[in-house]
Amino acid sequence: MLTETGHGGMEARRKGNKSVLRVSVSPWFVGVAGTAIVVALALTAAAQQPARRIVSLVPAVTEILFAFGAGPQVVAVSSYDDFPPEVKSLPRVGALLDPDVERILALRPDLVISYGSQTDLEGQLERARIAVFSYRHAGLDGMFQTIRALGPATGHQAGSADLARSVQGQLDAVRARVQGRPRPRTLLVFERDPTTLRGLYASGGRGFLHEMLEIAGGANLFADVQREAVQPSQETLLARAPEVIIEVRATGLLPAAGAASDERKAWAALGSIPAVRNGRIYVLHGDHLVVPGPRVGQGTEAFARALHPEAFR
Amino acid sequence: MSTLEYAIAARRPIRARLALTLAGFGGLAVATCVLAPLVGSTPISLARVFDRTIPFADNVDAQIFFVARMPRVLAGACVGATLAAAGVVLQAMLRNPLATPFTLGVSAGASLGAMLAIVSGAAVAVGPLSAVPLASLAGAAVASGIVYRLATLQDRAMSTTVLLLAGVTLNSFFSALIMFVQYIADFAQVYRATRWLMGDLDVGSFQPIVAALPLLLIAFALFALLPSSLNLLSIGADAAATRGVDVARAQRLAFLSSSLATGAAVSLAGPIGFIGIVVPHLVRLMVGVDHRIVLPASALFGAAFLVACDLIARTILAPIEVPVGVVTAMLGGPFFLWLLVRKG
Repeated sequence: MLTETGHGGMEARRKGNKSVLRVSVSPWFVGVAGTAIVVALALTAAAQQPARRIVSLVPAVTEILFAFGAGPQVVAVSSYDDFPPEVKSLPRVGALLDPDVERILALRPDLVISYGSQTDLEGQLERARIAVFSYRHAGLDGMFQTIRALGPATGHQAGSADLARSVQGQLDAVRARVQGRPRPRTLLVFERDPTTLRGLYASGGRGFLHEMLEIAGGANLFADVQREAVQPSQETLLARAPEVIIEVRATGLLPAAGAASDERKAWAALGSIPAVRNGRIYVLHGDHLVVPGPRVGQGTEAFARALHPEAFR
Repeated sequence: MSTLEYAIAARRPIRARLALTLAGFGGLAVATCVLAPLVGSTPISLARVFDRTIPFADNVDAQIFFVARMPRVLAGACVGATLAAAGVVLQAMLRNPLATPFTLGVSAGASLGAMLAIVSGAAVAVGPLSAVPLASLAGAAVASGIVYRLATLQDRAMSTTVLLLAGVTLNSFFSALIMFVQYIADFAQVYRATRWLMGDLDVGSFQPIVAALPLLLIAFALFALLPSSLNLLSIGADAAATRGVDVARAQRLAFLSSSLATGAAVSLAGPIGFIGIVVPHLVRLMVGVDHRIVLPASALFGAAFLVACDLIARTILAPIEVPVGVVTAMLGGPFFLWLLVRKG
């Protein structure tokens, strides 16, 4: 039901970890026997032709496209995109809840990246015979699958393979660096009320934040909860006694300077928690921490530096 | 009970009945509040909780008891008592058995305030009040101000019809604004906002309770002035006036006290539904309709009821917690419908 998220904000919420390139035709066409074959052939041809005009409604995928060199083919992005800087000059066509179909169609895209839950939009695009890449939000494996699937679809097979290798390499490097070190019980908070501990959401035992934390050499406090997000009570926090607390904040939600120490103060209410007693509360800022895109290596390293500073000396 | 019986009952000496009822419901409330902190998602040892030889900072059991559970139970008792009492007052004043503390738009205003605070990410704090309760109090004040102004626009006495219609309209209007605010919000904020709307008593320290307490005490002091007028108001404004009730003053007092109570309770724990309707009706079934008894009994029973609901909420699916508003709704929804179709 719940998912981790970021300033990019709108990551799809579907379960399952297959990212598939779906190209299909409307039932109306299927009904017309004669044209069906022609259309199927045309679409096969289109599928082999790399996409030249891409609209991405998913900030994480926009990052992926730019990272492996498909940036120049991107003609529009979602209202939440702000990385890389090049996207700032591109037209915005809505997001998860409010895709602007007219503007998308007017841009004449040949590939639209949409969230798997945007079934209405996907139906409309398919009726307009525009290829749709249906994004499923599912952990780091899902991200690597997305990278590998989008490469061929955009004519960047080699680039996408390089990107996948390099991100994997970064993750492996972090993993190697913290190898053999004790893994502190870590609470990973991605949302709560400013100045108090109410409305607190933490990473459960699923999703990319959990995986990043585990790679970075932390033992997720809620690894046993098979959900992406948990809302623990004060009692549960006290009982589970995390040794380290990491709070992640997307850049757009950056509070005023000096507020980080205020944010740590809120934890004083739960004084028996080892992380609080030992001052091991880290408030980390940046979209690379909360977007499941090519920067997960950096985000994971930031976690590892907080968890195991001695490994980076 | 007919109007006549009602009037007779209202005149009967009630001191003994009041004492008995208060003892009964008070005992229930106290017992619930004493027992509730003993149970939770984590087993704790009472001996360890009160073991002074262990420093508090190292005593997890004591911290769970005093930092997590006690404030929570106390918040539940305060909010339950307040919402139940406000429900009694509004049902009598509006002469409508289906009225709740949320009928007149106060909670919707409070919710809109809270949503704006969550979405703007404001980190201001005034004394012990943090941004979300502060904004929700402001929202409650604005909403009740609008309703009050509308209902007294034409006449010194309040029109209950205008009150009800204005309240219901304001509820829908604010709900629409809440949807809009959530629509433009960031994803994680939407979670927090939605969670807030479900009601939550996990206040985490005594500070939010202390912050709400002055308002709650004022509201209860005003409630204490009301029962006799409510008995007569619930027969009808004209009948009350012929019996010497200053109707305009009594209505104003009832409206302001219940709005204050609701605003403070919602700012503390979010809009926890159904308490304000289920509890007064259950209590009336048990003690009759005299507000001199119903009002204090509802407050005490409301405290016990919400503390018990929160106990269910925090243990039934432990370690995962069910929002307490969901529990009260599960119990209250069917009851409300039964009340609606029940004859007599």
